[in-house]
Amino acid sequence: MNTLSTRGRTWFDALRGTAPVLPGLPPSVLASDALLGDQPTRLVAVVPDPANPYRRARQGEVGLREGWALARTVRDAMAQDAHGPKRLLLAIVDVPSQAYGRREELLGIHLACAAAVDAYASARMHGHPVIALLVGAAMSGAFLAHGYQAHRILALDDAGVMVHAMGREAAARVTRRSVDELDQLGATNPPMSYRIADYARLGMLHDLIAGVSADAPAGQDVTNVRQSVLAALASIGVDETDLAVRLTSPAARIGRAASREVRERLAEQW
Amino acid sequence: MNTLRNAQSFIELGGRERARMVLDPGGQRELLGPFDRLMSPWLARQGIVPQSDDGVVIVKGTLDGHAAVVLAVESGFQGGSIGEVSGAKIAGTLELALRDCEAGRPVWPILLLETGGVRLQEANLGLAAIAEIQSAIIALRRHVPVVGVVAGLVGCFGGMSLVAALCSRLVLTRQARLGMNGPEVIEQEAGSEEFDARDRRLIWSLIGGEQRCAIGLADRLVDDDAAQVRSAVLQACTEARSGPARSESVAAYQDRIEGAASLENLDGPGLRVLWSPQVQQP
Repeated sequence: MNTLSTRGRTWFDALRGTAPVLPGLPPSVLASDALLGDQPTRLVAVVPDPANPYRRARQGEVGLREGWALARTVRDAMAQDAHGPKRLLLAIVDVPSQAYGRREELLGIHLACAAAVDAYASARMHGHPVIALLVGAAMSGAFLAHGYQAHRILALDDAGVMVHAMGREAAARVTRRSVDELDQLGATNPPMSYRIADYARLGMLHDLIAGVSADAPAGQDVTNVRQSVLAALASIGVDETDLAVRLTSPAARIGRAASREVRERLAEQW
Repeated sequence: MNTLRNAQSFIELGGRERARMVLDPGGQRELLGPFDRLMSPWLARQGIVPQSDDGVVIVKGTLDGHAAVVLAVESGFQGGSIGEVSGAKIAGTLELALRDCEAGRPVWPILLLETGGVRLQEANLGLAAIAEIQSAIIALRRHVPVVGVVAGLVGCFGGMSLVAALCSRLVLTRQARLGMNGPEVIEQEAGSEEFDARDRRLIWSLIGGEQRCAIGLADRLVDDDAAQVRSAVLQACTEARSGPARSESVAAYQDRIEGAASLENLDGPGLRVLWSPQVQQP
């Protein structure tokens, strides 16, 4: 990442409107309690903090601070709603990677990211609707920590929106291929592709939102995205606490055929 | 404890033997074994020979008479990497164990983790499976302890290190390494001044099993001895749950991370001192 992405903050600001940013979090984690339509929603985003004391997490990566702060803000919402209606949790996802660093490993970045996973999944299991809105990169461990435990995943149909286990250049180095070769492989192997349309073919995306400016959304763009989020919310079943929809969608029947077959045959043998 | 002549190394066993060693000897049954021939649909088309169990072994049985299922990652195949099939075997097994737990038939899930994380040839399907594995563990933890073991020599990295961190109890050997990003990846992404991946002492002082146990990021350190591993797993399964899981202990760890934020040169021994009064908690 040569330039810091501003998409996370852009969409966080666009969707919160006049709702204030919540205090008590590090500058790299933004949260706000806003209304989407009539729906009380906690918006959560990870953004670059050039002054982050953890230097390896200055470009919007999910690092030690970010993992624990995500867990904190999600669990705060759970505690506040423990005896009442459960607000929507909307993860605005623009995360280039987890933080790669010596201190990060020493201090347990794996646990920090697991804490965020745990918080989002626990919220889902305790009755909070959880939606991830992909407006930029959704990479690897960073996406696991921020978004991948959602009931529904939405993405802007834009070349800068991508889901992957490793960045393009790094993956090319590790697999000893050129970036071009990697892209060719992606064309015939959807799970390896960096294109969001190929990710959609795997069956885990609820909605690919077309015709929206990801970098500079106009009022109508924001309205369209808000409506997509509310439509996704309406599709979440009252007792739906798991991720089964990612295996039962029409696209998943083809895109994740082996994932389904393993489960069917396991159930027979269990 | 020092019956060296009789000690059976756990590390030198393959995944299948490890799984069988943890469970009671009688009544073991492997699910989706090699003869079921459920292989990766993605590797062959990339010129890699698939394996008939895709590198994950599932064995159902009992542990000290209690229903249990062991999931063992076979590090000998593609570095223990998680692809679509191997990931679905783990997630699907945990989902069935959850179903049994919810029906009042508790099953102890035990994960033997020896993995570099997502298999890059199946990138997004491996990542998706890991999210589902994590979800299942968090749901299961409300019913039964979920026990993870990292013995070595591969260690546990990538998205699967988060899986280890979500376990109720974590058993490590001194030969185990547990971290999110492997040393080579950090050096590649951040440079050798950030991390010299050839410096083995540095690696073990940061992410080795002994260090992880000393600072409270794992629960039990055992020797490379199958009997010790088995007894540590059994103890972890039977221990009464005490307080929140590590991954739920947000306030305590937020304080620790903020407290270390200005310590640029913090090293393994320094962290043991810094966190020592708190190692018992959480």
